[in-house]
Amino acid sequence: MSCQVRPLWPPFVAGIVLGLVVLLTFVLVGNGMGSSGAFARVATEVGLQVAPEATRENAYLGGMAQGNPLAAWIVVAAIGTLVGAILAAVSSGRFRVKVDRGSGRIGVAPRLLLALGGGLLAGFGSRLAAGCTSGVGLSNTAMLGVAGFVFLIVFFVVGILVSLLMRRVW
Amino acid sequence: MDYGTAGTALATGLLFGFVLEQAGFGSPCKLTAQFRLTDWSVFKVMFSAIIVAAIGILLLQVNNTFGAQGFYVAEMYLWGTVLGAVLIGAGFAIGGYCPGTSVVGFGSGRIDGLVFMLGMVIGVWAFAGVYDSDFIQAAVTGAQVSARTVPELLGVSPWLVVAAMLLVLAGGFFAGRALEQRSHGVYTAEDITEGRDPGESDELGRDLGREASAARRTDAD
Repeated sequence: MSCQVRPLWPPFVAGIVLGLVVLLTFVLVGNGMGSSGAFARVATEVGLQVAPEATRENAYLGGMAQGNPLAAWIVVAAIGTLVGAILAAVSSGRFRVKVDRGSGRIGVAPRLLLALGGGLLAGFGSRLAAGCTSGVGLSNTAMLGVAGFVFLIVFFVVGILVSLLMRRVW
Repeated sequence: MDYGTAGTALATGLLFGFVLEQAGFGSPCKLTAQFRLTDWSVFKVMFSAIIVAAIGILLLQVNNTFGAQGFYVAEMYLWGTVLGAVLIGAGFAIGGYCPGTSVVGFGSGRIDGLVFMLGMVIGVWAFAGVYDSDFIQAAVTGAQVSARTVPELLGVSPWLVVAAMLLVLAGGFFAGRALEQRSHGVYTAEDITEGRDPGESDELGRDLGREASAARRTDAD
């Protein structure tokens, strides 16, 4: 692995390439890129392993529980996202196994609890909005969708307000 | 799922994760700095990506190339979208990631990214547990907005909407530059890799980050 840490792409370069990736996804698949849907399917698969009957009978998970929940476009795309991130991080000398504690003012355990809690909110919220920053914020907005614009405005305003309470962490 | 579907999913997902990591979006510090208004990379990357993709989609729709008029755009249930955005915005500020970027964080070696992903699975179970309640049903099926797109809703040309977005991008660029200069500036690749604040300096005002990286460069040579 290279020890030399390569610089990040300038924001507008990354933005233009990311826009082309979203465009390519629309052309190849007919819908945009997403992320959170994969977690709904992983939750269904784990549910089937742990409590199969409750999962099949659940009004929300039941539909995904018919057949293999993991055999879905969105799950493979999320695996691709993980592999792409690993390739980029390793090839740029930025891969480090660590718990990222932000500014380092909090310990490992509190940081992991915050990550778990933040993930819980995001997981719940992504099902309410039927998508997340990728599927609604990025892809739906690229289609000039109403949902995308509403999502982005609320997301940024709430993010700024809540981060005022998180100054100790980051 | 056939091999073609799996192939496009893997390829487009791979490109997506690759670009996000190259933008520095595996770092919860850099991501949340957007909300502290000290690093505007998230805004710049997201907004320019949206505009590039939107222009491409509009151009493809001119002659319905690649069946562009059939591209999927979801309908909106106002309360579900608003409440979901509230929770994802709050989860981002608290946990440091959104769903996609937690995968990128994990892919760059961050254990907290994996824990965020675990939290999301628990969040889905919590949602499934209360899915039948009146409150959730009202949120996910109520207040459906008839128009799917903003040009449809406002009765204007989509190009006008894109022009307005270009103005917002320009405004964000200048506001962001002013605010970035007022703070310690943006997180560099070395800041997010070594876990430093940008422009961290000692009592003499020396920029320790820059000096340390300069020293490392000398060592490497």
